[in-house]
Amino acid sequence: MTLVGWSQLLLFFALVLVLTKPVGTYLFRVFESGTPPLPRVLGPVERVLLRLCGVNREQEQTWGQYTASLLAFSLFSVLGVYALQRLQHVLPFNPQGLPAVGPELAFNTAASFTSNTNWQSYGGESTMSYATQMWGLTWQNFASAAAGLGVALALARGLTRRAGPEGRETLGSFWVDLVRGTLYVFLPLSFVVALFFVSQGVLQNLAPYHGVSTLEGAKQTLAFGPVASQEAIKMLGTNGGGFFNANSAHPFENPTPLTNLVQLLLIFVLPAGLTYTYGKMTGDTKQGWALFAAMSILFLVGAAASYAAEAQPNPALASASVAQAGNLEGKETRFGVAASALFATVTTDASCGAVNSMHDSFTALGGLVPLVNMQLGEVIFGGVGAGLYGILVMAVLAVFIAGLMVGRTPEFLGKKIEAREMKLAMLYVLIFPLVILGLSAVGAVTPQGTSSLNNAGPHGLSEILYAFTSGVANNGSAFAGLNANTPFWNIGLGLAMLAGRFLMMVPVLALAGSLVGKKAVAPGPGTFPTEGALFTGLLVSVVVIVGALTFFPVLSLGPIVEHFLGAAGKVY
Amino acid sequence: MVSTLLTALRVSAVTLALTGVLYPLAVTGVAQVLFPHEANGSLVKDDQGRVVGSELIAQGFTQAGYFQPRPSAAGAGWDATASGGSNLGPTSRKLQDRAVAEADRLRRENPEAEGPVPAELVTASASGLDPQVSPEAALWQVPRVARARGVDPARVRALVLSRVEGRTFGVLGEPRVNVLTLNLAMDRQFGGPAPTASR
Repeated sequence: MTLVGWSQLLLFFALVLVLTKPVGTYLFRVFESGTPPLPRVLGPVERVLLRLCGVNREQEQTWGQYTASLLAFSLFSVLGVYALQRLQHVLPFNPQGLPAVGPELAFNTAASFTSNTNWQSYGGESTMSYATQMWGLTWQNFASAAAGLGVALALARGLTRRAGPEGRETLGSFWVDLVRGTLYVFLPLSFVVALFFVSQGVLQNLAPYHGVSTLEGAKQTLAFGPVASQEAIKMLGTNGGGFFNANSAHPFENPTPLTNLVQLLLIFVLPAGLTYTYGKMTGDTKQGWALFAAMSILFLVGAAASYAAEAQPNPALASASVAQAGNLEGKETRFGVAASALFATVTTDASCGAVNSMHDSFTALGGLVPLVNMQLGEVIFGGVGAGLYGILVMAVLAVFIAGLMVGRTPEFLGKKIEAREMKLAMLYVLIFPLVILGLSAVGAVTPQGTSSLNNAGPHGLSEILYAFTSGVANNGSAFAGLNANTPFWNIGLGLAMLAGRFLMMVPVLALAGSLVGKKAVAPGPGTFPTEGALFTGLLVSVVVIVGALTFFPVLSLGPIVEHFLGAAGKVY
Repeated sequence: MVSTLLTALRVSAVTLALTGVLYPLAVTGVAQVLFPHEANGSLVKDDQGRVVGSELIAQGFTQAGYFQPRPSAAGAGWDATASGGSNLGPTSRKLQDRAVAEADRLRRENPEAEGPVPAELVTASASGLDPQVSPEAALWQVPRVARARGVDPARVRALVLSRVEGRTFGVLGEPRVNVLTLNLAMDRQFGGPAPTASR
């Protein structure tokens, strides 16, 4: 560990802190103010787009209509991405003549990109044509992020809208949220960032792969493609699916330490900004900062633990008598240990899943951090939208527990939390570990599961657990030694990702619908305040206790036991 | 229900056209005008004007007179159509065996090198295409490269040091030396090496 390494972490966090308020204010203007920014330029574009879509801007939706729209849109997304992959051999923009993608892999990829997971059972440069990458994957990088943003806004509206005399029951319009998110937030930012990436060396072309004769006369083929345009939205939408197999470790995706910092910021900027947006929606920005503080505490602890672990030498390499400056297997020289450990923390805090180093080769404890980050439910800033609605569900739980302690009906922003709300919140909390642990158990005891492992011993169990955790958490990063391109893994993980997305979004929207019609009561002496340090502390405790109680047993059989065996010099 | 599906279909088509078709083509168009060199792979040429690779993509070097990059798990080694790391875990016997074998090879090929082998020269990078090594890993190879070319090690060392890229803003990333462009600079300054394979 070095001072410079720690300063990278602090510089990054300071920049996130500075960006949160302006970004949050901008998002509030786009979605909640009634007059989005740049009305002269983007206003007409918005109107044309909505007319093409056949959407009435003024028509709001109940939670049922909002959910139906989300599911219908996601259905066409899955079908579209599936069809593009199956037909890529007859479509244009396929200079390498890549064949059609097989049915299980195409299903997995379609589920993956639609659910904002971007798990990849394939290597991009050897599998996907430029048409599939642009029309299928880049499209869903935008669309799935905008859909997640919409669900978070719907829940925030459910909590903050005050029922009028006629009793307002609507949560906004999914279609308007989707179009506005794309037009005002994702597209303009991605365009600028993509060009910055190109200036640093990220590819952006449609040319065939380029053969060269190396300095020593060997043949080398350079994979090309429209990389930068996908890279920008990959990070900004917390998607994480790499154009190339090596993802953000590939020098054509992430060529310099500066692009690396920008990629890190893009992952956190919208989830962090959304906490401020939420604060503005409640009419008290302290409500948002309380969530931001809880997320920051969990982030900083994880980042410090990850860096401390990766700065240690690997005991298994002691017999090679080499000078180890930390654990360097699977890391790039330009990033080094500090920027790799930070990236691993950020990408798993935020359900992004891009990697700039190979998590499978992290030390046992260094690999434990990303795993735990995901298992806490992707609420440490979390995905675009998913982070906010995740932490709000945990906040409902925290308020409920506080209510139990003082013996009063809990309320959140003046709205009573009753049996129906708690059932929906618990559904959300329980689906997550149920799917992860259930499928991991199947993977660990069947030959279809274990035959794909790249590592033996406890690390093998970690590979299985990581895969299903990443899938259900909609993260998409991997202990990538696992060969996931088999029918068992493609279908199992495909279902896990859909469950982690939609089985959790529906209870969230139902919760929003249940809350929006409630009358808000004025805070009384028994009201537990949901801003300030006490609430932040309680929220952190709830997140940690729910996650730790659920997953500690299986973690002790994977990374924890591996740490002790590795320290004793054992290899498998 | 039917109207929801119909709207979903129309929204899908509109967002696909906007973000999947127009956006990447627009970025490609502007990037090709503003940054053609970078957008097309940052290719580098030797003094004869022959393209010898990309500045950003590692290539294998076997001759004693060239600096070597880190081991690569991309395809059969430095395969730029099959990027990736080894994904061997911290308690992997394969990882241990590979590190021991690589360290033994390096010590054999670099008998005059000072100090222990830097670990990055026995560990595979994440992409398998890591174009750079740390200054320490480059300097460690100087005695071998200088002997193979019959030049004064101090001159080679000076060339390496002149090509070190520092941390961005003094904080970001790690100091590093690009292996391909260093080897090109070696050829430019000292002429091509005698073609003797070192392994």
